[in-house]
Amino acid sequence: MNYKMIGKILSPLLLIEVAFMVPALALCLYDGSRAAARGFIIAMIATVAVAGILRLLTRNAPAGFYAREGLVLTGLTWIVMSILGCLPFCISGEIPSFIDALFEMVSGFTTTGSSILPEVESLSRGILYWRSFSHWVGGMGVLVFLMAIVPLSGKNEGFTLHILRAESPGPSVGKLVPRMKNTARILYWLYVALTVLDFLFLMLGGMPWFEALCHAFGTAGTGGFGVKNDSFGSYSPYLVNVTTVFMLLFGVNFSCYYLLLLKRFRDVFADEELRTYIGIVIASTVMITLSIKGLYPTLGEAIRHAAFQVGSIISTTGYGTTNTDLWPPFVKALMLFLMISGASAGSTGGGMKVARIILAMKALRRNIHENLHPSEVSRVRFNKAPVDERVIKNLNGYLIAYFSIIILSFIVVSLDGFSVETNISAVLATFNNIGPGFDAVGATSNFGAYGTLSKLVFIADMLAGRLEIFPILILASRSTWTRR
Amino acid sequence: MKILIAGGGKVGSSLIRQLTTEGHEITLIDRSAGVLEEIMEQYDIIAVQGNSATMSVLEEAGVADANLLIAATDADEVNLLCCMTAHVMNPDVHTIARIRNPEYRDQSYLMRDRFALNMIINPEEEAAKEIARLLQLPGFMKIDMFARGSAEIAELKIGADSPLKGIPLSKLSASIRSQVLICAVQRDGQCITPDGNFVLQENDIAYVTGSQASLASLLDNLNILKRKVRQVLIVGGGRISYYLAKEMENSGIRATIVESDGKRCHELATVLPEVTVVQGDASSQEFLDSEGIENFDALVTLTGMDELNIVISLYGDARKVPVIITKLSHAENNRVLDTLPIGSVISPKELICSSLVRYVRAMQNKEGAAQTIHMIANGQGEAIEFIVDEETKHIGEPLKDLKIKPNVLVVSISRGWNSELPHGNSTFRLGDNVVIVTNGDTKILQLNDIFED
Repeated sequence: MNYKMIGKILSPLLLIEVAFMVPALALCLYDGSRAAARGFIIAMIATVAVAGILRLLTRNAPAGFYAREGLVLTGLTWIVMSILGCLPFCISGEIPSFIDALFEMVSGFTTTGSSILPEVESLSRGILYWRSFSHWVGGMGVLVFLMAIVPLSGKNEGFTLHILRAESPGPSVGKLVPRMKNTARILYWLYVALTVLDFLFLMLGGMPWFEALCHAFGTAGTGGFGVKNDSFGSYSPYLVNVTTVFMLLFGVNFSCYYLLLLKRFRDVFADEELRTYIGIVIASTVMITLSIKGLYPTLGEAIRHAAFQVGSIISTTGYGTTNTDLWPPFVKALMLFLMISGASAGSTGGGMKVARIILAMKALRRNIHENLHPSEVSRVRFNKAPVDERVIKNLNGYLIAYFSIIILSFIVVSLDGFSVETNISAVLATFNNIGPGFDAVGATSNFGAYGTLSKLVFIADMLAGRLEIFPILILASRSTWTRR
Repeated sequence: MKILIAGGGKVGSSLIRQLTTEGHEITLIDRSAGVLEEIMEQYDIIAVQGNSATMSVLEEAGVADANLLIAATDADEVNLLCCMTAHVMNPDVHTIARIRNPEYRDQSYLMRDRFALNMIINPEEEAAKEIARLLQLPGFMKIDMFARGSAEIAELKIGADSPLKGIPLSKLSASIRSQVLICAVQRDGQCITPDGNFVLQENDIAYVTGSQASLASLLDNLNILKRKVRQVLIVGGGRISYYLAKEMENSGIRATIVESDGKRCHELATVLPEVTVVQGDASSQEFLDSEGIENFDALVTLTGMDELNIVISLYGDARKVPVIITKLSHAENNRVLDTLPIGSVISPKELICSSLVRYVRAMQNKEGAAQTIHMIANGQGEAIEFIVDEETKHIGEPLKDLKIKPNVLVVSISRGWNSELPHGNSTFRLGDNVVIVTNGDTKILQLNDIFED
């Protein structure tokens, strides 16, 4: 394992994190919130110090960097950035407990949006900005950002592919253009453009600029941290609808937008995942509307709430407009399904990804078929192209890991004595990077009541969910740390 | 530049290594997902799976806005079809095809326009030409020609009793009485650009520049001039052997080809009337002895297996064959082989890569592009030839007044048929051929790149 090279790449990443803290610090100074400003200054000094020490220790790093280093780098980056990023929360005293602060930060970077805070309106604006901005960074991935601005060149520059695969969601991640740097740039330009668009639409609807900014960050990263205690409950129908549309847009594979720019419309509309995604959204909106129309005065309002909730859950954002705990069990069951399915591969959303569900279903259908016709040879196809058998094999591995983690986490967090509905929805909501669950962790409540062990489990779940499980599992595997 | 490479074989992958470090955008097309995955993990490229001669695959690979297509799959016919198809889809794309089958050789040159080819590469033929050159000037391990042959760079291994050993380079020319320049030294796998205080050691490989005459006199003075090669034993009857035998038909060198396959022997005997073809198993030392291996002046091992080539060359060295040339297809781990007495190492794919890289650089800057590029020291250094043109800076200024980048050495200035070793008062003049050597840390694309300012 080339620890030095890992450290050498980690060091500039931390400096990027410091640069990201600057606007938050400026807000604190402008508002005169001295405790928060002190928190950011100390955190920035600590981060620069860690980056400097890493730099000194890794001056003469050897060149070898392979798949294994790439995966470990990805896992470590997210952990180290979360630990340093949560310092402003605890030092400022706004989230005094370190574990709570870490939970909040990990929830931010992994674009989960689960919170341990009972209310957010009393937080200073710098802290609120940092919470929301962490969604934006975490949405597209900080390593992808690094690759967009500096060339991670070296003898084996192909390793950048492993980083892209580890950090971008989906069963088979590829580059848009040959050079990784240009791929990363295209992704970030699209991301910035869509975020700005969302921000402008929110501003047009009369939302104050700070709230519009934070909500644009939260929507873009499909995170879900808001600046109001009731999330989107008190905003106008226009703002709710705009956010519904943008949440859904950020749940689409970004390569679709790239193809749109290249005017390859036919390829986009023929995309099997996009069609399925749209199909799921429409079908669940219709079913939820029919189930809840009695709870609201007009059909329009029911549709608005249903569509917002579907967009919020399938894109794994986690904003809310209303108390979904009052909705009937059938709707909750649908929402649990949406939590698992999640958004599209290559989007900023979490969950299992629609593409994986399509592939898993097709592989299952083939298995059934093979039982009936044992000697038939058939290929699983996706977007008309045959899928490599290794992708199917990896998918099986992923599914086993996915459900094992859910079951294991569910058993551990059940020690805290909450209801089964609370626990299972809490695990699904954190592991799939959604945000709120049901019952004691529902829309009007938070994760603060869980014990330290459970919070650590949730932190691990959020990281594993965001990084497609394996970079985090690899950190826990003994063969990673033993000599080759 | 956007470059499509069809075929991820040996040539394909070492081209990718070269071209990605030079900053080009590479799309690789191959039929095998395994090959693509392996190369994607090593280099920053994008891959397309499929048959590179089909329109749909070429379209997916982005032929529409590509600048260059290099077809290097293992089938000549596919390479030709691939280039023709690409040319139909995008008339502006430059195409290069690898054609290896000797039967197609002549017609593909004649039909270049019809096939829409900008260049044809034939690794085996290039390798054969290189081997023939080495056989005609025995003593050096490798010779690269510049300025139409008026300047050369030769590779010389420093032996235990070499008179070049232990003297600082500044005092060297007096003691060896020849006008030559040591322009690069390969030591422990590293390429060093030496200065006047540098002292050569045993097992160093020195790259020596000079005119053909001064290099010949160097060999004379070093007492390493070996007797002229008259009898060469070629082991393996593949394509290189065929081209090599053709090259040597009129050179007064008698060739004997050993090949184990009876049918191939028959074919070779048909097309090469001047050559002695022997059927037998060259991995058997008894057989080599019975063929009288010790009576040959040179041994060239060209079988399809690197291991076998090394073993036969080692045996040739044990039987005191004076000149040995070994073909290695996988030459990446050359450092291990440096210490083995297997003579000169020829790697067809590296020869081809040099000429393809030269083509790409020439496409990139039409003005002032390199005339010749030779990789030295296992590809860690480069010797590049330029022509001084109107754009060149500092024409007529003495070299001693110019600031030249570190690790760049001007090794030869040729004017007409005369070449001189540069000294402090040498100047560049319009139309001169200039050869420079760099150790690869500094990328030199134009002559002006060598100046600090």
